[in-house]
Amino acid sequence: MPGADKETDLSERIESFLSELKRCGSGAGSLRGSAETARETTALLRRITAQARWGNAGELMEIIRKEGRRMTAAQPSETTVGNMIRRVLKIIREEYARSRGSSEETDQQESLHKLLTSGGSSEDNFRQHFTHLKANVIEAINELLTELEGTTDNISMQALEHIHSNEVIMTIGRSRTVEAFLKDAARKRKFHVIVAECAPFCQGHEMATSLCKEDIETTVIPDAAIFAVMSRVNKVIIGTQTVLANGGLRAVNGTHTLALAAKHHSTPLIVCAPMFKLSPQVPDTPYNHTKLKSVDTILYIHILSKVNAHCPVFDYVPPELITLFISNIGGNAPSYIYRLMSELYHPEDHEL
Amino acid sequence: MGERLTTSTLLVTEEDEKKHEIIRAKGEGKELTKEEKQRLRKEKKQHKKNKKDDRGPPEKEKEKEKASVPAPSKPATQSPAHKAAPVPVNASASESPVAAEKPAKSKAELRAERRARQDSERASKQGKKEGGQQSTSSKPKATPNELQPVVKRLPDHVQVDDPVALKKLAKKLERQQKSGQGCSLNITGVKVPLRSDYGYKVSLFSHLHQYSRKNPPTQQISIPVTVIHPSIVRLGLQYSQGIIAGSNARSVALLHAFKQVIQDYSTPPNEELSRDLVNKLSPYISFLSQCRPLSASMGNAIKYIKKEISNIPSQCKEEEAKRILQECIDSYINEKIILASEAISKYAIEKISDGDVILVYGCSSLVNHILCEAFEKQRKFRVIVVDSRPRLEGREALRRLVKKGIRCTYVLISALSYILPEVSKVFLGAHALLANGYVMSRVGTSQIALVAKAYNVPVLVCCETYKFCERVQTDSFVSNELDDPDDLIVTRNGKTHLENWQTVKSLGLLNLVYDVTPPDFVDLVITDLGMIPCTSVPVVLRVKNVDQ
Repeated sequence: MPGADKETDLSERIESFLSELKRCGSGAGSLRGSAETARETTALLRRITAQARWGNAGELMEIIRKEGRRMTAAQPSETTVGNMIRRVLKIIREEYARSRGSSEETDQQESLHKLLTSGGSSEDNFRQHFTHLKANVIEAINELLTELEGTTDNISMQALEHIHSNEVIMTIGRSRTVEAFLKDAARKRKFHVIVAECAPFCQGHEMATSLCKEDIETTVIPDAAIFAVMSRVNKVIIGTQTVLANGGLRAVNGTHTLALAAKHHSTPLIVCAPMFKLSPQVPDTPYNHTKLKSVDTILYIHILSKVNAHCPVFDYVPPELITLFISNIGGNAPSYIYRLMSELYHPEDHEL
Repeated sequence: MGERLTTSTLLVTEEDEKKHEIIRAKGEGKELTKEEKQRLRKEKKQHKKNKKDDRGPPEKEKEKEKASVPAPSKPATQSPAHKAAPVPVNASASESPVAAEKPAKSKAELRAERRARQDSERASKQGKKEGGQQSTSSKPKATPNELQPVVKRLPDHVQVDDPVALKKLAKKLERQQKSGQGCSLNITGVKVPLRSDYGYKVSLFSHLHQYSRKNPPTQQISIPVTVIHPSIVRLGLQYSQGIIAGSNARSVALLHAFKQVIQDYSTPPNEELSRDLVNKLSPYISFLSQCRPLSASMGNAIKYIKKEISNIPSQCKEEEAKRILQECIDSYINEKIILASEAISKYAIEKISDGDVILVYGCSSLVNHILCEAFEKQRKFRVIVVDSRPRLEGREALRRLVKKGIRCTYVLISALSYILPEVSKVFLGAHALLANGYVMSRVGTSQIALVAKAYNVPVLVCCETYKFCERVQTDSFVSNELDDPDDLIVTRNGKTHLENWQTVKSLGLLNLVYDVTPPDFVDLVITDLGMIPCTSVPVVLRVKNVDQ
């Protein structure tokens, strides 16, 4: 039966995606970078919408939530998966509301008046069936995919507004967004980049070689020298793994030290992060600080048995240390992030 | 023409007159002021010049110009020959080429006489007023270095971008091979090698040397004939390859090598040990600084040795003198390093309480000693060792502490924010303490102090007083050391990204060795004189100078 085939095909794809996610933590999987993960997730969700059996919006949302929980459990540190799921859920809600005919604004704003007068939940559980809902949702997801594809370019286009000539810019580790940002600016301006190598995996080396190919003057420094050279740096531009709900960051380890050093020297700290990295998590949830890598990357000697060794992967950076977020929709202060988030995700979806 | 002759003859007669006066003054045991000595030297120079060439009017005018600059003392009859008020730098700069040409004896004679005079002066406690001669430059011996114009000469190792300075250094190294010989040896063509820089230097640091470990400085020295003592050659190689590292270790190794040198030294005929030995040591020191720039502790040790050597009385027999010097060196090591670390441990252990979690960085011999002592005294604490690439010295510290049985945790410096909430105290070692209160230490120390401050964790720096240094510095750029840039290359996941960094023209690798920590990050400095705040370093320096 074609339906059964579709379903098995779908579940196969979901399973393979889950196993990809599980492997990408160790760097062995093929999903590289958050942007690709986001695209894959969204494509998969579109496929689920198209091929799964559902009658009304509520059922679809249940299916997506269930799959979403499995996906986030496979790789908790990869927050873009959860973010995309929440975006799609929001899209479904919007399309449903539009099909029902009610205007979008009243649904979004949870005013006190509305809460008091409506009495119960106002969505009536999404049980109504609309014939064009599927098509609308798929179309909206396609729009989302186009947006995802253009994020890096949108961010790079803003590069010239932030970098002047003969600047010294510092960055840490390897971020594809920052790489594209700097390369775009280098086409018109001459500046100098200092890359902190970010031990123990030393992704900074890759970043430096890649920047050199565009003839950007690059210097690689060890992590210990960050504060020593900070006094000559004009700007710090970094990427991040996740942007948290309070405007803070979860970024690669060493970023907090970098941010503190920048604060001490009053150097602006600019974070280049596309909108799909925005996550409704707050700093004190588990898995927030660490994903401990196996420690034999830092210590090979035999006394490992008598010693505790720690190798955290991520750092939390509080919003007070950040000057500016550059995303595909423009530049924002960290204090505005909560507002952007309310536009992207529905509050009920914060917990999948 | 006639006029010139008379002026020069007048000069000659005036010179003779002055000479007689000065000799008379010497005989009376009064001190010759610095001005007068300089004047004497300059007159001698002029005398030679006048004899050799006939410049004529330009020279006369020059003299008249110099004479018009106000001179503090002597009556007007001798004014044409006076030079300006003493500026030590100009004097020494103009004198050093002159001094090199003059036979070593006269300078040595002057110095010996000066010293004898100073001794007799101190003994008799005479007033120093001498008919208006002592206006500006009298320095009562009780308060040292009060208002002395401190225009020090810039060290060579921070002038790499200045071609004039490099030429001077090369010439100095060449000259040293001749002066170190004495008249008995006959070595040709061997000189203290000038080490060449390696690799592309980051533009901010083009004034510093950057050597490669693969090109040791001894490649240009021929074996076996060399003007440099073999134990010094060995020491230099150990420095340049990083076998001996760490401020205390380097100083102790240096002093032991010097002991060996003194043991093997024999005074050439017609030379005095106190002067000749100091001259012998100069090429060794140049060689060592070519291998690796000298540390502040090594600089202080060398100053001490030179002072001790020049204080050897001239009637002392060679064996006796050698014995005295060996004893001096032993007592220096014992006092300043070994006993100092005992004293510091005693103070520091008071600051360690049960249940503490102590963070240390890299491998500081002093901090390791403190922790081992505290553990022996049954304090209950655990240690977090922070390490950083490329040196990874923390592994050595970890090994030593684990051998003692202390509970340890190991992290890299990028994990600092993760681990600091657990920490109760931070103990740091220092390479040197600068006169403006900044702490110069291994690169990364300032970062640890910064983050510790952000988390409100107290930072204690442990440092012996012999590492205190009169330099001042505000950033880590002007005076630093660049290590071999190839150390940063590493293979991860089977790929070595920076392997061919030399071929890529816009890529630079920076491997700094030291950085400076501002005093507001440091809460306490524990020294053998007690526990002081960072800003009291110049006070300690002053106290030390008075003692000496």
